Amino acid sequence: MMAGKQGKVTGITGNMITAEYTGDVMMNEVGYVYVGEKKLKSEVIRIRGKHAELQVFEQTKGIGIGDKVEFSSELLAVDLGPGLLGQIFDGLQNPLPELAAKCGFFLERGVYMNPLPEELAFEFTPVAKKGDAVRRADILGTVQEGIFTHRIMVPFGLYETYTVEKIADKKKYSVRDVIAELKDPKGNIIPATMVFSWPVKRPIDAYAERKKPAEPLITKVRIVDTLVPVARGGTYCIPGPFGAGKTVLQQITSRHADVDVVIITACGERAGEVVETLREFPELIDPRTGKSLMERTIIICNTSSMPVAAREASVYTGVTIAEYYRQMGLNVLLLADSTSRWAQAMREMSGRLEEIPGEEAFPAYLESVIASFYERAGIVKLYDGTEGSVTIGGTVSPAGGNFEEPVTQGTLKVVGSFHGLSRERSDARRFPAIHPLDSWSKYKGPVNAGKVAFVRDILFRGNEVNQMMKVVGEEGTSLEDFVLYLKSEFIDAVYLQQNAFDPVDAATGAERQRYVFDVLLMIMVTHFSISANDDARNFINSLRQKFLDWNGAEWKSDKFKKIEHELRAMVYEKAHETKENIDDRLKSLFDDTAVLIQE
Amino acid sequence: MMRKVYSNIDQIVGNVITVKADDVKYGELAEVKSSHGTSLAEVIRLASEEVSLQVFSGGRGISTGDEVRFLGRSMQVSFSENLLGRIFTGGGQPRDNGPALSENMIEIGGPSVNPAKRIIPRNMIRTGIPMIDVFNSLVESQKLPIFSVSGEPYNALLARIAMQAEVDIIILGGCGLKYDDYLYFKDTLEEGGALSRTIFFVHTAADPIVECLQVPDLCLAVAENFGLQGKRVLVLLTDMTNFSDALKEIAITMEQVPSNRGYPGDLYSQLASRYEKAVDFEGAGSVTILAVTTMPGDDVTHPVPDNTGYITEGQFYLRNSRIEPFGSLSRLKQLVNDKTRDDHRALMDGMIKLYAQFKETLEKKAMGFRMSDWDTKLLKYGERFEHDLMDLSVNVPLEEALDIGWEILSDCFDRQETGLRTELLDKFWPAPD
Repeated sequence: MMAGKQGKVTGITGNMITAEYTGDVMMNEVGYVYVGEKKLKSEVIRIRGKHAELQVFEQTKGIGIGDKVEFSSELLAVDLGPGLLGQIFDGLQNPLPELAAKCGFFLERGVYMNPLPEELAFEFTPVAKKGDAVRRADILGTVQEGIFTHRIMVPFGLYETYTVEKIADKKKYSVRDVIAELKDPKGNIIPATMVFSWPVKRPIDAYAERKKPAEPLITKVRIVDTLVPVARGGTYCIPGPFGAGKTVLQQITSRHADVDVVIITACGERAGEVVETLREFPELIDPRTGKSLMERTIIICNTSSMPVAAREASVYTGVTIAEYYRQMGLNVLLLADSTSRWAQAMREMSGRLEEIPGEEAFPAYLESVIASFYERAGIVKLYDGTEGSVTIGGTVSPAGGNFEEPVTQGTLKVVGSFHGLSRERSDARRFPAIHPLDSWSKYKGPVNAGKVAFVRDILFRGNEVNQMMKVVGEEGTSLEDFVLYLKSEFIDAVYLQQNAFDPVDAATGAERQRYVFDVLLMIMVTHFSISANDDARNFINSLRQKFLDWNGAEWKSDKFKKIEHELRAMVYEKAHETKENIDDRLKSLFDDTAVLIQE
Repeated sequence: MMRKVYSNIDQIVGNVITVKADDVKYGELAEVKSSHGTSLAEVIRLASEEVSLQVFSGGRGISTGDEVRFLGRSMQVSFSENLLGRIFTGGGQPRDNGPALSENMIEIGGPSVNPAKRIIPRNMIRTGIPMIDVFNSLVESQKLPIFSVSGEPYNALLARIAMQAEVDIIILGGCGLKYDDYLYFKDTLEEGGALSRTIFFVHTAADPIVECLQVPDLCLAVAENFGLQGKRVLVLLTDMTNFSDALKEIAITMEQVPSNRGYPGDLYSQLASRYEKAVDFEGAGSVTILAVTTMPGDDVTHPVPDNTGYITEGQFYLRNSRIEPFGSLSRLKQLVNDKTRDDHRALMDGMIKLYAQFKETLEKKAMGFRMSDWDTKLLKYGERFEHDLMDLSVNVPLEEALDIGWEILSDCFDRQETGLRTELLDKFWPAPD
């Protein structure tokens, strides 16, 4: 690069500096502030006259007036290429384990490392041939990255049609070696390596068509899949007060969700929680691939004590890498924990810029920024006809657990599914603490909608009875209402709640969910011969115990079948009617009764 | 190098003064010499040649003609074994009669630990307080607040923990501490013989507010360095609400836009950068943080406890002079309480469930319902539990506390009423006398 445009520092407040520059400066351009030997990465966030204001991604201690600023003429970007999977980056894509090896316990400022270093090498298999005409995102060749075939593509930033002049033979190359030469229409030769960079704040748009998310994404969390499903390529949010289990829910999802690649963006949260993922994932085996979970996971980690401006960048780093893997025809899940910390980072910056504040001092553009972030999710048809998707799930940490705050509200407007965690449920140790009645989803789930509506209705009415009982007491409630209440509690206990620490119960696949849900329905429609409240409670309790044992039995194992048999026997024995009566009622209520009615 | 002295203060607003100076670095310290003495000041804003400084001793009494001398360094504290048993102010000056320390100066507010270097916590810190050891074990490298209303004996609790906790070094940071409370800490630890392993950094309510902001950083910088030397350090901070209020005061003076109830928008980041100093260094020592956070109006949704709750790994609720078993939670206890004694987890859960039933019975009793035999048993149990285990004055090792738990259960209930597993009952149920 040329000597580069330069400037000098004229003001500093917090992590924002003002620099006087000469020549031209681009908005959101990356600049470096020189402090002694070190240069600190920063980003231009406002330009006024001959002064540019930059947010510094590091601590600003020690910067003085007149210190040199160098502008790079490039936007904040990430390196994309094979070798990203399994890595742990900070918000600016510096590999943290490598930083630790170099600097020790502490994060030293001004130390930047290559996310995809020279030493990294892959066996390259060419796909394009000499003379081929290629466009951006067309496949030049492939490499095997762990369990995936990684497409080496024409860099997305090349907008013309190019002729392949040279393509490397099948051999092992460093990721930084030139593997192809492309000739543009003017005859210039452009060398291509396995790695190229892309600005994080621009969505990757190298696809033929964006499609409507229709397929459910199975998270194996029953309450989510059945009641408030998530779609492949869709978006969802998890707001909740502290201690309600947001992070645990995200961790469970990152382990079990039916996707190819998971990107975890730990944004301004506790370092301790990331450590669990960091230390445990390499040990955990992905049931689908038989390989370590880490091989399909990327962690972007900018915890609460790391510089706040890099926190703002971290969600963009995460989503850009997600979009890149989508371009391989893979299904990617991006988990952002927590988007509130990201919004707060924006608020801090906005305050330093002395912008006119909106609600709770968040900047006026908060909602549009949140919206455009979630809009980067989607399912797309790529140029070669294959499909890839990015699903985004973000947690929100509302102040005081009150959902009427700008970040929650701004998020609810744009997401397709809302998983609201409630303090009431978490205090009662009902996990996952997603509120079954307040939460909603606009997507189609794996379980028949009519059946779900039936159960939702029982939950709703059971809750009403419960509210009423608080006033009139158990004595003042009719037996019928009381049984309804017990049934709603039963659904909660055996289906909505899930034991994250039980190896079997922790993850319930779609097929099992449909199956178990049908048995649950059968219990719900059955009329029992019950004499009094205590009788009802005892019966439902024993049924609950049996059902919970069933939840702990391996799917389709002998134990599973045995317990199911016992469970059904318990129901028919206590039923006030014959099995035929029950079956007839089921037939009249639901269209799909294959499992419901068994001989 | 001889540093230049500036003697033309342009502006004094609250605790912030502005002078024209050059070659000043952001975060640099200066000395302001006024007729009331010399105070430290820290550079908090640079705009061309205008330098804004936050004066530690406050703006009161500073004259526009006072001298400002820049020191060419940022805030530092001496670090050595000589700190042990000493008491300092929030400005790092001796508060006892000992000499000022100037050897081995270290920076405060240093960088954060690389998450990749952190390890999953695995060691319990025993405190001799059953409500902590048995029911919500404190874990090395944990950060926990003590949520409390103003009138609660939180400082007495901290002092007990300081005396009893099984760690190498205690660092006590006082933010806006009442002078009486400061003396209470000092006397209690002196009498208990724990002063020699303790370091105090105390900002009292009468001291300048800017010094309050330095206290956590001073404590944690020292703690971190002891931790790196292999020591297990427990940092006790009281009260972080005062610290947050000091942040608020400075932010408002600096004309920052407030976000929630007047607190600055970066309250979360400010608190997090302190709490996140809690760490277990692989192959060395650890830093654990217990911090009192008083809740104005007993409101846990107040910005300070609320932001704190999102940062820390659980919380202790201090209510009616007891550590409340329901709201209190140590998120990390599961990592350690399976390695103590077989009955620890089961007894912990079982006793709390019964105590919850006791609370329900109390409500029923208050409403005038008739008490069944079971209710009477629960009432007896609740009383025994509160008296023998929950009372803050109980000081017994974990194992003894578990034995007491079994004793209470056997005095109040039949075996099968406890809901505990048969094998545990066979092993631990006390034999009838």
